[in-house]
Amino acid sequence: MTDTVQNSLATQSAIVAEETALRRFILRFAEDKVAVFGLGLIVVIILLALLAPWITPQNPYDLSKVDIMDSRLPPGDKSGDGYFMWLGSDGVGRDLYSAILYGLRISLMVGAISGLIAASVGMAVGLTAAYMGGRVENFIMRLVDLQLSLPTVLVALILVAMLGKGVDKIIFALVVVQWAYYARTVRGSALVERRKEYVEAAQSLGLSHSRIVFKHILPNVLAPIIVIATVQTAHAIALEATLSFLGVGLPQTEPSLGVLIANGFQYMLSGKYWISTFPGLALLVTIVAINLVGDRMRDVLNPRLEK
Amino acid sequence: MLAFILRRTAQAILVIFSMVVIVFFGVNVVGDPIWLLVSPEMDQNAIEATAKSLGLDRPIWEQFFFFLKGAFTGDLGRSFVHGEPAIKLILHRMPATLELALVALFLAVAIGIPLGLYAGLKPESKLSRAIMATSILGFSLPTFWVGLMMIMVFSVMLGWLPATGRGDTASLLGWQTSLLTLDGWSHILLPALNLALLKISLVIRLARAGAREAALMDYVKFARAKGVSQKRIVGVHILKNIMIPIVTVLGLEFGSLIAFSVVTETIFAWPGMGKLLLEAIQRLDRPVIVAYVIVVVMLFVTINLLVDIVYSLLDPRVRLSEAQS
Repeated sequence: MTDTVQNSLATQSAIVAEETALRRFILRFAEDKVAVFGLGLIVVIILLALLAPWITPQNPYDLSKVDIMDSRLPPGDKSGDGYFMWLGSDGVGRDLYSAILYGLRISLMVGAISGLIAASVGMAVGLTAAYMGGRVENFIMRLVDLQLSLPTVLVALILVAMLGKGVDKIIFALVVVQWAYYARTVRGSALVERRKEYVEAAQSLGLSHSRIVFKHILPNVLAPIIVIATVQTAHAIALEATLSFLGVGLPQTEPSLGVLIANGFQYMLSGKYWISTFPGLALLVTIVAINLVGDRMRDVLNPRLEK
Repeated sequence: MLAFILRRTAQAILVIFSMVVIVFFGVNVVGDPIWLLVSPEMDQNAIEATAKSLGLDRPIWEQFFFFLKGAFTGDLGRSFVHGEPAIKLILHRMPATLELALVALFLAVAIGIPLGLYAGLKPESKLSRAIMATSILGFSLPTFWVGLMMIMVFSVMLGWLPATGRGDTASLLGWQTSLLTLDGWSHILLPALNLALLKISLVIRLARAGAREAALMDYVKFARAKGVSQKRIVGVHILKNIMIPIVTVLGLEFGSLIAFSVVTETIFAWPGMGKLLLEAIQRLDRPVIVAYVIVVVMLFVTINLLVDIVYSLLDPRVRLSEAQS
C-alpha cells in the first residue's frame, strides 16, 4: 500500500488514481511467472468444479449410475457402462475423476463461504475496535488474542464435537477459527487510517460514524484483507479436508475431497493407492495454487519490499 | 515484576475457567448422552437408574457445580465408554503424545536450522531456492495427506518402516518410552516426521531470515576481518543470535504440536491422547472431551505464561507498556 493506494479512494481524483494503482498492482503481480501460473490454475480449478456435471462421465451420487461391480478398478480400466476410468474407481464403484470434480465443488464452496462470512465478521469487529478505542477495543483484542493463541485444529475439532456433522456446522466452525485473523489485520490498518487527514476532514464535516467507517476507512484497508483472504481460504479448505478425513467433518452424503481421501485410507494398506492419492493431489494443487497467488500478492502489497 | 506475574496468572486462570464453562456447557447442552449409553433392551426403570448413577437426571447447573467441585480435587468425571476416570485415561496416554511431540520438535530443529542457515547465507544458489520452494510446499501440504503418502511409500511400497502403533517400549523411571528400543524408534520416526513437517518449514524460514540479517551485522564483519574461520562465524556468532527467536517461537509452537498430534496419531494409530480425543468425539464420550480440553488448555496457558514472564524478564519494555495500559 503505497501512499497512492491509500489516498486514492478518498480524494477527488479517486478514479484516475485507482486505475493506475490497480494497473501497477497487476503489472507488478505479473512479474512473477509462478504466481501467474498459480492464478491460471485457480481459474482452471474453479471452472472444472463449476462445469463438473457436464464434463464428467458419471454423476457419482446418482445411485442408478453407480455400479458396485465397478468398485476398486485401477486407473485406466473400463467401467461396466463402457467409459474409461482414467483415475480408477473407489470402494463403491464411483468413477474417481467424477467424484473428485464433484468433491472439489463442495470443498471450494465450504472454503469460499466460510471465508466470506469470517471476513465480514472480522472486518466489522476490527473496524469497531479501531474506531471505538478504549474498553471496547481492549475487550475485542483480548478476545482476538485468546482465539489466536488456541490452535485452529483443536478449536474446530471441539466445535464439531459439540455441533455434530453437516455443511452448516463445518462452515460455522471454520468461521470461528478464522474471524480473528481478519479482525487483527483490519484493526491494525484501520488504526493507521484513522489518524489520517481525510478521516479528520470527514469528521469535521459532521458525517456519521458508520458512514466514516464504511465509506472512508473500509476501502482503504481492503488491500491487506484480500491477502489474508487468499491465504485463509487455502487454510479453510485444508482444515475442512482434515476434519472430514478424521470423520468429524462433512458426512458421506456431502463428499468433499477430505471425505474421498478418508474413504480410500482403508484400501491404501492393501496397495490400492489411487483412491486416496488422486483426491489428495487435487486438494494439494488447489491449496498450493492459492498460496502461490497469496504469497505474491503479499509481496506486491508490502511497501517494505518495494525497491 | 511481582504485580506483572500476578496479573498474568490471574488472566491465565480466567482463561482456563472460561474455557471450562464454554466447553462443559457446549458439550453437554447438545443432545442427551443417555441414549448412547443404554442398550435398546433396557426398560424405563433401568434407563432411569443408569441416568441417576451418572448424575444425568439432574439439571445442567447442578451437574456443572458437581463437576467443578470434583475438578478441584482432580476428578474430571468418569468416561462413559471406558468406565474409568477421564483424567486417568488422559494421563495414561499423555507420555506417548509428549514423546511424539518432543521428537518432532527435535527433528524440526535438526533439519530446519542447517537448511535455513544455508538458504540464508547463500540466497542466490540453486539449492537455496529449492529449499525455499520445498518450505512453501511444507506450509501448503495438508498434514494428514502427507502422512498417508508416507505410509504408502515407506510402509506399503518400500516396507522400510512400520505404519502403525508404538512398537516395543521400555520402562524408564516408570515412563513407558519408545525411545529406548530400536523397534520403538522405527515406529516413532514416520509419525514424528509427519508432525514436524510444518515446523521444519517454519524453522527454515526463521533461520533464513535471521541468518540474512545477522550476516550483515558489524560483529560478523569484525569477526571476518579478524580472520575467524567461516565455520566458526556461522556455527558460533550467527547461530547463537538466530537461536533466540527460534527458541521463543518453538516454545509457543509446542502447544500446537500437541494439538496437531490428533491428526498424526489417528493416521499412524499412535496410542496418544490425541487419538483418545478423536475416539471420544466419535462416541460422544463427553467427560473425556471436557477433560482433554482442560488438560490441553492448562498446558497451553502455562506455556504462554512462562514465555510471557521470561520475556518480561529479558525485556523490561514489555511489562512497562503493560502497566501503562
